[in-house]
Amino acid sequence: MNTCVERLKNGIITENPTFVMMLGMCPTLAVTSSAMNGLGMGLTTTAVLILSNAFISLLRKVIPDKVRIPAFIVVVASFVTIIQLLLQAFIPALNSALGVYIPLIVVNCIILGRAEAYASKNPVIPSIFDGLGMGLGFTVGLTLIGICREVLGGGAIFGVQFIPEDFHITFFVLAPGAFLVLAFLTAAQNKLKMPSATNVAGGDSSMACGGNCAQCTGASCVANKGIIEAERVAAKAAKAQAAKEAAAKAKAAKEAAAAKAAEKKED
Amino acid sequence: MSNLLNISSSPHVRDKSSTQSIMWCVVLALMPATIFGIFNFGYKAAILIVACMATCILTEFIWQKAMKLPITISDGSAALTGLLLALNLSSTFPVWMAVIGSVFAIIIVKQLFGGLGQNFMNPALGARCFLMVSFAGKMTSFTYDGVTGATPLNIIKNGDKAADIADILAAGDGTTQVSTSVLNMFIGNIGGTIGETSALALLIGAAFLLVIKVINWKIPVFYIGTFAVFALIFGGRGFDITYLAAEICGGGLMLGAFFMATDYVTSPITPKGQILFGVLLGVLTGVFRIFGASAEGVSYAIIICNLLVPLIEKITIPVPFGKEGIKDGN
Repeated sequence: MNTCVERLKNGIITENPTFVMMLGMCPTLAVTSSAMNGLGMGLTTTAVLILSNAFISLLRKVIPDKVRIPAFIVVVASFVTIIQLLLQAFIPALNSALGVYIPLIVVNCIILGRAEAYASKNPVIPSIFDGLGMGLGFTVGLTLIGICREVLGGGAIFGVQFIPEDFHITFFVLAPGAFLVLAFLTAAQNKLKMPSATNVAGGDSSMACGGNCAQCTGASCVANKGIIEAERVAAKAAKAQAAKEAAAKAKAAKEAAAAKAAEKKED
Repeated sequence: MSNLLNISSSPHVRDKSSTQSIMWCVVLALMPATIFGIFNFGYKAAILIVACMATCILTEFIWQKAMKLPITISDGSAALTGLLLALNLSSTFPVWMAVIGSVFAIIIVKQLFGGLGQNFMNPALGARCFLMVSFAGKMTSFTYDGVTGATPLNIIKNGDKAADIADILAAGDGTTQVSTSVLNMFIGNIGGTIGETSALALLIGAAFLLVIKVINWKIPVFYIGTFAVFALIFGGRGFDITYLAAEICGGGLMLGAFFMATDYVTSPITPKGQILFGVLLGVLTGVFRIFGASAEGVSYAIIICNLLVPLIEKITIPVPFGKEGIKDGN
């Protein structure tokens, strides 16, 4: 049960896909012109993420390693199709607002990323919670961006108008506003030192760059966890080797001692 | 130690000019256009100019104070940004919108990228385009002599291609009967933004800047020249000098070419690069004005070329002395 709670917290806060991992930028920038669109997109992605994580986790021992990416895509695409048909049937307004970005969920890197990084290596229940956490994190990110853009650009929240039309700054409803709002929210997240993976005081050992965005000077960390993982494996191997050698030495010493004792006995 | 015996590494020739002196020279050079704008559009223009300049200076001060940076408001760059932004606005533009634009110029275009010298595009033009996208209606509503009407450029763009330019301008835009002529466009008795209407006043300021060598002739000359050639070829009116004069005097071309495209931070430093920059500006302005939906395209042309400056500089690096004959830079 602990893993499940940890997975939820990881998805929503520590590794928030929007503000920390910067994944799924295409829908993030494109559909967040209003809070409702952001929320709808986030929840749609969450549904797909939970289902695809669950199925990929179930199939993780069946899918051959070499063709795992096409296999994941097939699973994800099936669920996206199902969700899109459901949206068309029951929430046609949202379906037309999100438009082409619903089929594009198939290639959303959050979903493929979670399948590759988590669901294909872990049991079903934690994978479902991982999908739920990541999806909710995505939803929170998109809804926040959507609220900011809708308030500034349209003078409304969830369609409830409260600022007269003369005071709308249309810029924020258009594409450049999306970039600006995303950048400001991410900057605020870093400045306020929210408890995310990139804001650990003194750095996070699981990130090659040290995981401290406030201190970061630029692109010094491209291959992140891979480097750390390789180092860890190397260190482990070295340790095992050392232990083996030590054991061998001890054995040799023991044998030598035994031989000596035997010699003494013979004397 | 006497100066005669002082040994130091290059540069050996130093100039007395500083950021401060250059910025205030440009402000001074804009004064004819500013005064003409206030004379032309009345006290509202003056309020707008003061509001923009004060907001820019104040914003820069507050930001630098809050970020614990050295306070650089006395170098005049913030004041110049405010003045340029105000000159780029219609006189009827609401003051609070101009204030938002000024804050955008200083904080988002300039300070977030590292302050003066690091801004990736001209702050005043960045803000103008932000306001253009945000409040398109207010930005393109021009009033002259109490009558709101189309600018001469709009009249020409919508006018009959076969008719004579002088007749089109004299007829006005049909609804408000604003009649004008190319001479009026040169002097500035037309509708438009506060600072752009008078080509004459802008030329006086530009001549001052050229004489004291604050700006270089290359960018404005190649900009306006390329635009003129482009308009002749694609304007659809053949070789019509009146049309050409109207296109050059109208809109923000003069203001943009002499005062904004020549901004040190956002223009190339190599002579070849400056020529290329000017040509690109001319072509883009021509494309926007002639093929675009709007009659004006100077501001978008300049900010797009601002973004291309690093690339332009990359391909126009001068060859060091003595390396001319050697290829591949070895």
